[in-house]
Amino acid sequence: MTNQDTKVGKEASDLSRRNFLRILSIGTASAGAMVSAGSLMAKEQVTESAAEPPPPKIPNYDWNKHKWAFGVDATRCIGCLRCVEACKAENGVAQDAHHFRTWVERYVYLEGEDKPHIDCQNDPQNIAASGSEREFRFDNRYKDAKVEKAFFVPKLCNHCTHPACVQVCPTGATYQTKDGVVLIDHSYCIGCQYCVQACPYGVREYNHVLGVTDKCTWCYHRITKGLLPACVEVCPVEARVFGDRNDPQSPISLFLRNNRVEVLKPETGNAPNVFYVGIDREVS
Amino acid sequence: MIGTLTHAAPYVGYVYPNETDIAWSVLIVIYPYITGLVAGAFIVSSLYHVFGMAQFRPVARFALLTAVSFMFFVPVPLLFHLGNPQRAFNAVLTPHWTSAMAAFSYVAGFYICLLLLEIWFAFRADIVALSKTTSGLLGIVYRVLTLGSDDVSPRSLAIDHKFAFMLAMIGIPAAGGLHGYVGFLFGSVKAREWWSSDLMPIIFLLSAIVSGVGLLIVLYVAYSKFRKVQVDDDCMKGLARTMWAFLLVVLVSEGLELLEMFYKGLEGIDMVQRLIQGKIWFGMLIQWGGSISVLAILTALIVFKTKGKSLVTWMTVSGLVMMIAVLAMRWNVVIGGQELSKTMKGLLTYYPEVFGHEGLLVVAFIFTCPFIVLWLATRLLSPWEPEGPTRPKTRQPEPRWPWTISPRVSKPPRNPPKTSRNPRSPRSRA
Repeated sequence: MTNQDTKVGKEASDLSRRNFLRILSIGTASAGAMVSAGSLMAKEQVTESAAEPPPPKIPNYDWNKHKWAFGVDATRCIGCLRCVEACKAENGVAQDAHHFRTWVERYVYLEGEDKPHIDCQNDPQNIAASGSEREFRFDNRYKDAKVEKAFFVPKLCNHCTHPACVQVCPTGATYQTKDGVVLIDHSYCIGCQYCVQACPYGVREYNHVLGVTDKCTWCYHRITKGLLPACVEVCPVEARVFGDRNDPQSPISLFLRNNRVEVLKPETGNAPNVFYVGIDREVS
Repeated sequence: MIGTLTHAAPYVGYVYPNETDIAWSVLIVIYPYITGLVAGAFIVSSLYHVFGMAQFRPVARFALLTAVSFMFFVPVPLLFHLGNPQRAFNAVLTPHWTSAMAAFSYVAGFYICLLLLEIWFAFRADIVALSKTTSGLLGIVYRVLTLGSDDVSPRSLAIDHKFAFMLAMIGIPAAGGLHGYVGFLFGSVKAREWWSSDLMPIIFLLSAIVSGVGLLIVLYVAYSKFRKVQVDDDCMKGLARTMWAFLLVVLVSEGLELLEMFYKGLEGIDMVQRLIQGKIWFGMLIQWGGSISVLAILTALIVFKTKGKSLVTWMTVSGLVMMIAVLAMRWNVVIGGQELSKTMKGLLTYYPEVFGHEGLLVVAFIFTCPFIVLWLATRLLSPWEPEGPTRPKTRQPEPRWPWTISPRVSKPPRNPPKTSRNPRSPRSRA
């Protein structure tokens, strides 16, 4: 079997998994219950049986052969926040409204106003609507308002090519992998939070239990096994795209080829690797 | 507040969700503050030691003790703040050199060593004298402090002076580096609009000197009252001029920075304006009001050639106000910078904890420690010259060095040679 064949087979299995999970996650969303953890467990059972050929294992993973990148199509995002919950479940992020590895911003332009109203799932009103800090939803506050334009923008670590967070880390506990992911060595981090200050995107959060900084890893434990990041996996509308830029047929390569993309805060010189389609000038 | 975080910061506008967990607490406010006091105190001692400004002689050695007492506690707030303080040495053993913070342990360590060495040379003659006259446990301490060198012959003292001068020379760029580094730590963070400024290291350094001079004034006056001796007029005048000069440059730099910021009016300037008028208005009032008042007082003192008691009173007030104003400045920078959201579309409010390991009580405790250490240090090694009120009249003609043996200490070595003339056999104590 050639590499190409393996790739095609993997994509097919990815698609079937995603279709299944899409149905599953829409179902859970409508049920209104926080079952991300359950859905992920269910997913693993499914992938075990449906996966052919098996995804590559870590021993064979060569980080010199990959260059990961992430795409966000904001025109597709429906603000269901499955990604946020899946991320928290997958990565054991603190179950409160102040620690997120990924989040979704809502931009609403009302008629006759120049500036958008911006909020995020952690907004107290949204928390009140969801009823707890363990599940997230956007409230219906614009029900009676005249909305001119509105859209959602998912945010996550940009895994910058020139990461300011890595630059300022005094111990080198946070580092950039060869395949372009910025990670943190929790056993080496001293918890000074200089990186939290240095990140222009506010994606770093502090783990009060371990006394170390945490952030999105693009689910490095998954992508090195050939799986997708949890947030991409559960997105019901394919607003999140992930893949290997070294592979010209990967979803991200196609995304970058077929769209005019932009990055957040390019003026910082960080050269982010999360590419956006359909965002507004007010998004920062 | 539900969840694991009990001190989430409230906000207005839009802020990134993780920003509600404010990263750097009030501990990081006093860290640059204490560092600044060190730099300021050291600069005063250098004005005498290196530049030979005789009016600073009364406080020159005291300034060194002040600097080292505070320097010991510079790393403490940092250690309290770390999530894993037991790993602090990771930054020393495997420093990541692109990080300004990686240099901290080296800069601070170097500076502490330098201060200790300089103090040793400055006080060596005293230590030798005390080791011979003191008995008991304290005597052992003094004998250990001599490090086995009890030669106080003129030749030996000349060598001391040479070394001490060299150390003081190195100390000036080191003090500048230490505090310039702190300014760089903030100024280089491009993600924070309120910090990211090329002027930040300069402002930090100069305001540090001003606060350190303020501290020295307050402590010198307090010690003089405690010792019931007269405060040296010339010294006070010198300190007034020093503070005035540095303060003027600080105010101009800070003013220019704000002016440039508002004149450029880059995106988000409205939020900066709201920060200044809202969240940190009180801090800004103390910082600017205090600084300008002190500048006015000092100008008046210099212009009217004020002397005596009123000079001491006004200088004490100036010193205290300056210390508070610079503390407010540190708050405005460290906390203000974090209260201004990285989105530039919202503002957070930081409420310091009272209890807890990053609370105000801990801060108060950490800030008290240097004063206690300083008091102990002055008990161990008196930095004062023996005669208070009469001393100015009997001052030696050209007191170029602080470590020129003060009369009380210089007498014993002059007398003992009668018994042991041979300078090559100094180990004559029995």
